[in-house]
Amino acid sequence: MNDFPYLPHTQKDIEEMFAFLGIKDIDELYQDIPALFKGELNIPSGLSEIEVKERLTDLSQMNKNIEEYGIFRGAGIYNHYIPSVIYPLASNRNFLTAYTPYQAEVSQGTLQILYEYQTQICNLTGMEVSNSSMYDGASALGEAILMAKRINGKNHVLMSKLVHPEYQEVSKTYVEVQGMNIEQIDYLSETGQLDLADLTSKITEETSCVVVSYPNFLGVIEDLKAIREKVPSDVVFIVVTYPISLGLLEAPGKFGVDIVVGEGQSLGNTPSFGGPGLGIFASKKNYIRKMPGRIIGETVDQDGKRGFCMVLQTREQHIRREKSTSNICSNHAFNALLASLYLNVMGKQGIREVSLQNYHKAHYLAKKLLETEKFKPVFDGPFFNEFVLESKIDPELLNEKLLEQHYFGPLILKNFYEEMGNNVLFCATELTKKRDIDFLCSFLEGLS
Amino acid sequence: MKLIFEKSVSGRKSFSLPKLDVKESQIDIPEHLVRNEAPNLPELYEVDIVRHYNQLASLNHSVDRGFYPLGSCTMKYNPFLNEEVAALNGFKYLHPYQEERTVQGALELMYELQEFLKEITGMDHVTLQPAAGAHGELTGMLVIKKYLQENNLGHKNEVIIPDSAHGTNPASAVMAGFEVIKVNSNNEGRVDLDHLKSLVNENTAAIMLTNPNTLGLFEKDILKISDLMHKNNALLYYDGANLNAIMGKVRPGDNGFDVVHLNLHKTFSTPHGMGGPGSGPIAVKSFLKEYLPKPVVGMKESGEYYFDYDIPKSIGKVRSFYGNFSVLVKAYTYILSMGKEGLKKASELATLNANYLKEKLSKFLDVAYPDVCKHEFVIKGTSLKDYGVSTLDFAKRLLDYGMHPPTVYFPLIVDEAMMIEPTETESKETLDEVAAIYEKILEEARKDSDKLKKAPLTLPIKRLDEVKANKELNVKFD
Repeated sequence: MNDFPYLPHTQKDIEEMFAFLGIKDIDELYQDIPALFKGELNIPSGLSEIEVKERLTDLSQMNKNIEEYGIFRGAGIYNHYIPSVIYPLASNRNFLTAYTPYQAEVSQGTLQILYEYQTQICNLTGMEVSNSSMYDGASALGEAILMAKRINGKNHVLMSKLVHPEYQEVSKTYVEVQGMNIEQIDYLSETGQLDLADLTSKITEETSCVVVSYPNFLGVIEDLKAIREKVPSDVVFIVVTYPISLGLLEAPGKFGVDIVVGEGQSLGNTPSFGGPGLGIFASKKNYIRKMPGRIIGETVDQDGKRGFCMVLQTREQHIRREKSTSNICSNHAFNALLASLYLNVMGKQGIREVSLQNYHKAHYLAKKLLETEKFKPVFDGPFFNEFVLESKIDPELLNEKLLEQHYFGPLILKNFYEEMGNNVLFCATELTKKRDIDFLCSFLEGLS
Repeated sequence: MKLIFEKSVSGRKSFSLPKLDVKESQIDIPEHLVRNEAPNLPELYEVDIVRHYNQLASLNHSVDRGFYPLGSCTMKYNPFLNEEVAALNGFKYLHPYQEERTVQGALELMYELQEFLKEITGMDHVTLQPAAGAHGELTGMLVIKKYLQENNLGHKNEVIIPDSAHGTNPASAVMAGFEVIKVNSNNEGRVDLDHLKSLVNENTAAIMLTNPNTLGLFEKDILKISDLMHKNNALLYYDGANLNAIMGKVRPGDNGFDVVHLNLHKTFSTPHGMGGPGSGPIAVKSFLKEYLPKPVVGMKESGEYYFDYDIPKSIGKVRSFYGNFSVLVKAYTYILSMGKEGLKKASELATLNANYLKEKLSKFLDVAYPDVCKHEFVIKGTSLKDYGVSTLDFAKRLLDYGMHPPTVYFPLIVDEAMMIEPTETESKETLDEVAAIYEKILEEARKDSDKLKKAPLTLPIKRLDEVKANKELNVKFD
């Protein structure tokens, strides 16, 4: 008799196994433990599938989700359309319930997918090599900065103030403990772009890397060409990117960037309250041995047939231990699969189309919002699908009122930057409908 | 099999977007920042994509396909229920920057999960932020580092790690700015207490232990180790990769551990997804609470849940937002399904299964350490050499029988190691069958060792040339 559906043992099985082992009860297998837990865990007793599903459904329904609510908020996690074909294909249990491809011959599905993913990321970012994924954009950035130190041995990091604030915090946690220090580079209040003069003045002999975001946290597109010209060749140039924008924006690799990282959630991954997402990590080829994370390579089998396996494992923790390039083990392979599928579905034309729609929707939104005269423009730099406006209505009140209308309004920026006053960050994607924009604007007309 | 790029035909597409419903704006971006050439992505019809991935899926081994006893990875069965509930709109369509009162269900779930994990580990506080086990290790070691610095113990920079430990342990300790000191295992496969004593000094910051360790053996001197470390103002870190053996049986917190990480994707049955995403929450004793990464989920007196950012001495953040939320949903679901009795029973049966299979295999293979094991054990493949075959050959032959090999060549301290972890979700019949196949392969090794050396013989792909892969690096399709 067994009340637990995931435990196959019958009482008879257990008795036979005990007899085989010559034991009378299970605790004979735990006799070597000096301090057994004698009590009972303060956790409820197991529930039936029906009860569990009810409980989880109840919890899920206590949340307001962005399928029911309109959203004008991005800031690192974006509401993009996920084609129907993606999740059912990805959630094939031969993908979902497999592990790290330690045995290549029975993991060719995983390995080929990740090899194809690496190729897609290289092509999208214009970089020469990509790993097979990291945890998220923020930790990928932390790892990129540590990689810069492996490249040039230096400790001084220059980071744009307009890199996602959470990425800045995570980077700090990752790198300061390794003796690196991060200095912020300011932005120009007119354009919302990196202050090149400030960058130049802060570069020293000790500068290991320069980090900028493209587009930046305030949605403005940085001029990577102009920045590259100011970054000396022995300083590692790291760019944080938003992959959907790369259908429209020139690939960072074209500007001589050394490492590109980014959050890949927007490529076919649901927002999922911010996780799991996908850490994108790509670099120039000559740095490949300094790169963290798993890398998949092509090879042949005994018959000369093409196959794939993990390569350069001597960089990794399971071989190299304390001398490894990183401690990463479980990466986000499943999320890489979703991203790869998304890029296949969108294809060469689709990625451009979706990128353009984001651009046009956001620019239409910006224009319409300004026409309401409830906002003032803040920066004149070019933007992709997010932009800052100064709200004449108190931002908290604005979002409160919008929430009542079933909309998540713009991000309130003073929660991230003290100097931002009443500035808010609006976002539009291909899912932002004209009727929502029109409603928003007409609703705002009546608000003061 | 062809790559998706090789199946691409210019002009094919499977995306469909609605016509732009707003007026086009001028592209107001400097020309040199606009992409002229579309990224080189495949062009396919939807059915091409569907077939491609179905073919790829058929090339993968998975838990749903067969026995997957990858030691220290806990490849247990993953319930379909976990997937279904994690995919509810009210979970997957949440934006991380939604107003707190619009995500009370998510926060309640996280809060309760924190409580469950505290109870299971015997610890006082939990953060759900780390994205994977190794990420939890890094987080835990950073917490220890910060604690030492804040308490004028910053000179403590050495972390002791057994020679049997997972590679992530030394790698994480180094990432957190520590130096690694290796402690030997004794001939029983446990930490050599005398060696440990000789290593502990005023610079010792912590010891990282997996318990049961990677040999599947419980560190029975744990209370002595804990005393020794604490007397020296050093801390104990618990690597939870092997927690599946002990739920409800022993709690790391009660054994003196100060920081514990958990692998939700192992013990709590959220699938591994080909290597991730995982989730690696850490639990700490109360004196370390103020160093946890921001935020943790708190509950107000009103019963309202909130993100608590008020952690002034926090190590900071280790990833954006709040961790791998959908993995948390799956782990929470699993805990509710199993309940306190089920979790305990899972551990007991994992241990029973491992001992049963160990005894069966010990009739014809050498078990590295004969003691009662917990949820996994290690075979020493040295005797295979008598027939001119290696552990790797043995492993590759297993593939022909439709089962995944054990973890091989780890732990490093066992010659020709095979680390086998059957988990509790395998039935007695499966274990009997496994033992029979292992015996048969051993027989093959005796009679026809070539068969093993050439294995796998029956799969679409034969043994791969990994040397070539590393020498002639090809990591993207051109």
